[in-house]
Amino acid sequence: MASYPYLFLIPLLPLLSAAFYGVFGLKVHRRFGEKAVHWPAVLLPWGSFLVSAIGLVTLASLHGEHAALHQSVWSWIHIGALQVDLAFLMDPLSAVMAVVVSLVGSLIHVYSIGYMKGDRSYWRYFSYLNLFMFSMLVLVLADNFLFMFVGWEGVGLCSYLLIAFWYTDREKAAAGMKAFVVNRVGDYGFTVGLLVLFWGLLGVVGATSLNFHEVQQLVNAPGMADRLVQVGLPTAVCLLFFLGATGKSAQIPLYVWLPDAMAGPTPVSALIHAATMVTAGVYMVARVHFLFALSPTAMTVVAVVGALTALFAATIGLFQHDIKKVLAYSTVSQLGFMFMAVGVGAWWVGIFHLVTHAFFKACLFLGSGSVILGCHHEQDMRRLGGLGKLMPWTAASYLLSCFAIAGFPLFSGFFSKDEILWQTFDSATLLVPGTLLWGIGAVAALCTSFYMFRSYYLTFSGTYRGGAAQQQGTGEEAGHKMAAAKASGPDASPLGHPGQGHGHTLPRESPKNMTIVLAVLAFFAVVAGFVGLPHLWHLPNLFEHWLAPVFEAASQGLANAGYGAGVEWTLMAISVVIALAGFFLARWLYRDERNPIPRRLLEQGSPFIRGLHRVVYNKYYVDEAYQVAFVDRATGLASMLAWFDDHVVDGLVNLAGAIGRFFGRIQGAIDLYFVDGLVNLLARTFLVVGKQFRTIQTGRVQSYVYGVMAGSGLLIVILLLVV
Amino acid sequence: MTITVTHYLLISALLLGFGLYCVLTRRSAVAVLMGIELILNAANVNLVAFSRFTVGDIDGQLFALFGILLAAAEAAVALAIVLAVYRSISSVDVDDTSSMKG
Amino acid sequence: MDFPQYATTSHLLTWIIFTPLIGVGLILLSLAIKPIFGWSKVVTDTIARGTGLAATAVVFLLAIVLGVGYADQPGELAFVHHFVWIRQFHIEYFVGVDGLNVALILLTALIGLVAMVASLPWGGRIEEGDHPHFSKRRVPGYMALFLILETGILGTFCALDFFLFYVFWELMLLPMYFLIGVWGAPTRVEGPGWIRGGPYAAIKFFLYTLVGSVLMLLAMIMLYYASGPAVLADGTVSEHTFNILYLAQMGQAGHFASAAPILGMAFSKVIFVGLFIGFAIKVPMFPLHTWLPDAHVDAPTPISVILAGLLLKTGGYGILRFNFQILPDAAHWAAIAVAILGAISIVYAAFVCMAQTDLKKLIAYSSVSHMGFVLLGAASFTDLGMNGAMFVMIAHGIISPMLFLIAGVIYDRAHTRDINSFGGLAVKLPEYAGITGLAFMASLGLPGLAGFVGEIMVFLGAYGATQTIFKVIVGVSAFALVITASYYLWAIHRMFLGQFNQKWSGLWDMNWRERFALYPLAVLTVVLGFYPMPVLDLFRNTLGSMAASIAALNLPGL
Repeated sequence: MASYPYLFLIPLLPLLSAAFYGVFGLKVHRRFGEKAVHWPAVLLPWGSFLVSAIGLVTLASLHGEHAALHQSVWSWIHIGALQVDLAFLMDPLSAVMAVVVSLVGSLIHVYSIGYMKGDRSYWRYFSYLNLFMFSMLVLVLADNFLFMFVGWEGVGLCSYLLIAFWYTDREKAAAGMKAFVVNRVGDYGFTVGLLVLFWGLLGVVGATSLNFHEVQQLVNAPGMADRLVQVGLPTAVCLLFFLGATGKSAQIPLYVWLPDAMAGPTPVSALIHAATMVTAGVYMVARVHFLFALSPTAMTVVAVVGALTALFAATIGLFQHDIKKVLAYSTVSQLGFMFMAVGVGAWWVGIFHLVTHAFFKACLFLGSGSVILGCHHEQDMRRLGGLGKLMPWTAASYLLSCFAIAGFPLFSGFFSKDEILWQTFDSATLLVPGTLLWGIGAVAALCTSFYMFRSYYLTFSGTYRGGAAQQQGTGEEAGHKMAAAKASGPDASPLGHPGQGHGHTLPRESPKNMTIVLAVLAFFAVVAGFVGLPHLWHLPNLFEHWLAPVFEAASQGLANAGYGAGVEWTLMAISVVIALAGFFLARWLYRDERNPIPRRLLEQGSPFIRGLHRVVYNKYYVDEAYQVAFVDRATGLASMLAWFDDHVVDGLVNLAGAIGRFFGRIQGAIDLYFVDGLVNLLARTFLVVGKQFRTIQTGRVQSYVYGVMAGSGLLIVILLLVV
Repeated sequence: MTITVTHYLLISALLLGFGLYCVLTRRSAVAVLMGIELILNAANVNLVAFSRFTVGDIDGQLFALFGILLAAAEAAVALAIVLAVYRSISSVDVDDTSSMKG
Repeated sequence: MDFPQYATTSHLLTWIIFTPLIGVGLILLSLAIKPIFGWSKVVTDTIARGTGLAATAVVFLLAIVLGVGYADQPGELAFVHHFVWIRQFHIEYFVGVDGLNVALILLTALIGLVAMVASLPWGGRIEEGDHPHFSKRRVPGYMALFLILETGILGTFCALDFFLFYVFWELMLLPMYFLIGVWGAPTRVEGPGWIRGGPYAAIKFFLYTLVGSVLMLLAMIMLYYASGPAVLADGTVSEHTFNILYLAQMGQAGHFASAAPILGMAFSKVIFVGLFIGFAIKVPMFPLHTWLPDAHVDAPTPISVILAGLLLKTGGYGILRFNFQILPDAAHWAAIAVAILGAISIVYAAFVCMAQTDLKKLIAYSSVSHMGFVLLGAASFTDLGMNGAMFVMIAHGIISPMLFLIAGVIYDRAHTRDINSFGGLAVKLPEYAGITGLAFMASLGLPGLAGFVGEIMVFLGAYGATQTIFKVIVGVSAFALVITASYYLWAIHRMFLGQFNQKWSGLWDMNWRERFALYPLAVLTVVLGFYPMPVLDLFRNTLGSMAASIAALNLPGL
């Protein structure tokens, strides 16, 4: 491993800006305006990209199986067996991640300048966004599990902060809270997985570490793999880690937070909830692929969960009206595809799809953001439409990205998704047949193609259905309005988005910095696939080759079903047909308002269809079920325990106090009437006796002398009697 | 008849008896004082007698001397008190000086 | 047995311990000469505040000297001051610094200073009412008691003679009683037979901890009479000993394990239970924790800070120092029970937190939850677990004062701590919202902040304990990760987010006094999150060898 002293700069640069604006942002914003905020906040992530790119190039010039750049900043926790450093590792995998994250992230920073213009908390937005960049880059560049966990939770925190960015709206704030808490459930799995791994290794191998490369070496040591499998360690660890991944990457059963996360500003949805953060689970599974490779059970679970999520989310996406909700469910669905890939052991394909998805999904989200901004924060597709002419750049980039995600030939999504489906079909490692998963994936792909083009046609073709009549959309508008309404002092002056408050003006194309970003992302969405061409075409697959040093060793142990080229060609053809079918169906149904079928189906269709629609539209009522099953239970338990604590545990204490006081009273009474009574009795006795005796005190000396004489006589008598 | 200690003791007892009688019956403080002097002298006689009839030392005589001396001093002080009492209540009757009874 | 001699090497520690008492003397002197010079109340108040600040600042500086000096020799006994105090009973004045207490001494000096800053009234628009702000009532008395309290805590951590320890231990109680009772909240009736308030809380605190003290005293005396002959500071042989290091030496050699049983029960187990209850009350551990919420809710802010930041640590410290060091065999016997109680504290208190509506009560219960980690980690007898327990104490000692200061900030302004009555405060108090967020995140164990380092070490250590049941215990208690996040986020949600509640439009953001108290702690939280080694270095040798020596006893478990 080559030492590379600049790796720390990659996360540090955004952190500097985040910290600075976190502390001084409000003052800078008030005194110097938005430019002073966004110039450094945007440039520093570009610096990260630059360093990442240089790192990538440096890495490319290295040879050998373990080509990686490494930098240890300082020792973090060195206690006993636990030796972790704040150290960065850039191997081919993390290099790809770092470059994609910093590139997409920086582009979205640029986009945000336009999108967030005029927001009262402009400084806070950029501070959070930079903090997110820091966390995400730590996540992908960390060289051990624990440091990775810093990034892992850091992105969760930023996600929370940014979802709840317009916090005066309780619903948005609650969405942020939901995201964090659900992620924490996943983190529970991750943490326990760490513990099992750490001590399991120590128990079986006799040495332990939390460093990725060291763990890999320990696992790959001769003969160790079998012994680890014998005690079931890989399965346990991988399933626990996967629980973490389902939280972060929104898979069944922890996907529920992601659709709600759309409450955040749209660039945030693009960056965090589509392109980067949600892919962290995929990255993590790829990172510990060498463990997954040892456990067919865990791999099966990953692949099956991925496939089911892909289909499940895709069906929900079919009927959503909110453009961002469609994209959210499509993200969940696409993440499912990625997990299918890493589940069947095609790790490079998973990462490949991650990269292409980052571009086209970011582009889609930013396109929707552009629409939302142009249409005065209207997100309901029923009130959009006809925007193709009004917003040509947005429409074009959105369409290109739709082609990409639907998997039209030669678009980036085609290469990655097709490869996933093929690898799934061909897999023989799993406990379930790969063909079954392929079938699920193919249906999900059909849905994907359909709902993406549905969203395109509803939004961009036909005629504009928004305007004065249907005023006051839901969604982000409220947040922005509130932000503007509560603005006071120096913030108040030039704010407000173009057209804000004039609901009847026609939508306009977004400012240049936004459309340029859209164009760049659309370009990548189209061409990014060419780095990973299929074997079938006998052209070099750069991406697989690049990641080979990371995954090669583990993938050699996996079995293929061994289908031939003919099958692969067939599958590819089916993929294309699926993409086209979805496209034409959506085009037929939603191109303009002329086709009444969708409405008629809903209004006059059979009760079964309407019921099905209602269930799917309401996301299968999973949120409600979770609310009853977990949230209500937990809060109920909490109040019960609080009552228990107040009345039983503390009640016992107070009871002890009361008993003490009771006995105190009794003893007080005893003391007063008995003990003290005795004392008084004695005193009174002496008083009475004294009163009697004082009468013999006559004062007559002579009577005293009589007394003396009588006494003497008595004494003499006694003396005589005794002696 | 030889004079033995018994005779002395008899004399002394008589003196004590007279003295006591005087102290108990007289009402005048001066007379009471006189009785006390008799009692003291009875004691002195005892002392001297025992001293004379025991072998060796003269401790008894010495004590008797002290006793005489003491009696003189006592008489002086007592007479002064009687005088003071007389000045304050114009009487030397011991029954009248009972204002300090309990 | 061969006893090493601990000769006096430095008087620094004595100065640190008694500097606050010098301050007390000055404050009393100023009151004595007040009539002579005809000073007004303002003059003596100012003198008292100045003296208090100066004394805590001097202690802090001296502690830094101590820490720097100790950093060269981690794990060793240093800064010893040792002489015979009461020869008849072999009681000595013996203070010294080793790995167990050095970090806690530094923490005490820091938190003492922070709490003192929080006791000053300047810079704040603090409204006067029927019940004036505590910082303006009977100032000399407050300051004097505060300083006595600091001496008590410092002495407790420094003492290496059991009797001396007990003296300081009791010295902590009394000032606390008055500080809560007199300067705390006034008595209020919350329902029939439900009387709460400062006096109630003070009495509860005092009696509750006194019960523990009594058990501890009995255990101490029994331990004394069971101890073998040792030597005093001047080299003379003593029949028994109070010297903690000698007691530990004897205990680790099995002296107390083989002592004559009491009423048919093993000697060391009886002593262990006696001491443990005494310390567990202070920690506090479920089910002995209920004094804590009351004491916290009704104590003035700086006293809550000291209570949570320092007093709870004396319990954890005592368990490590006495129960585990002197009675390793009994500790081994009780390990699982201690760990289970710790785990119950963690999860149970976290759930109780969720149902709280009083901000201070929530924070108080979260303290119970976090101190559970100390028990869990310490009972694991692994290197990681014990170091983790100590680090949790340090981290909690920094984070919980922040939380209580935060609760104080809002209470000073709004005169309520009812979480549900707030809403949207972030609009009006952005800085306050930010620092609250940081503190909450640190407390819920966000990686990169101080709380996480300790928690993960405890989890890692406890999971690796030799008894298998620890794995289940850790699995259960790790679930607190989720609950903790829930209640903190829900508290943030109810207080800061949502529509701004116009009722609070009169509030204002933090002032400089509050910043001076909070920001150093905030910075430390972040620094220790990423760079905990300097602190870990202070004690890791000591605790590591302690864990190893207990593990090496190889005794049967429960």
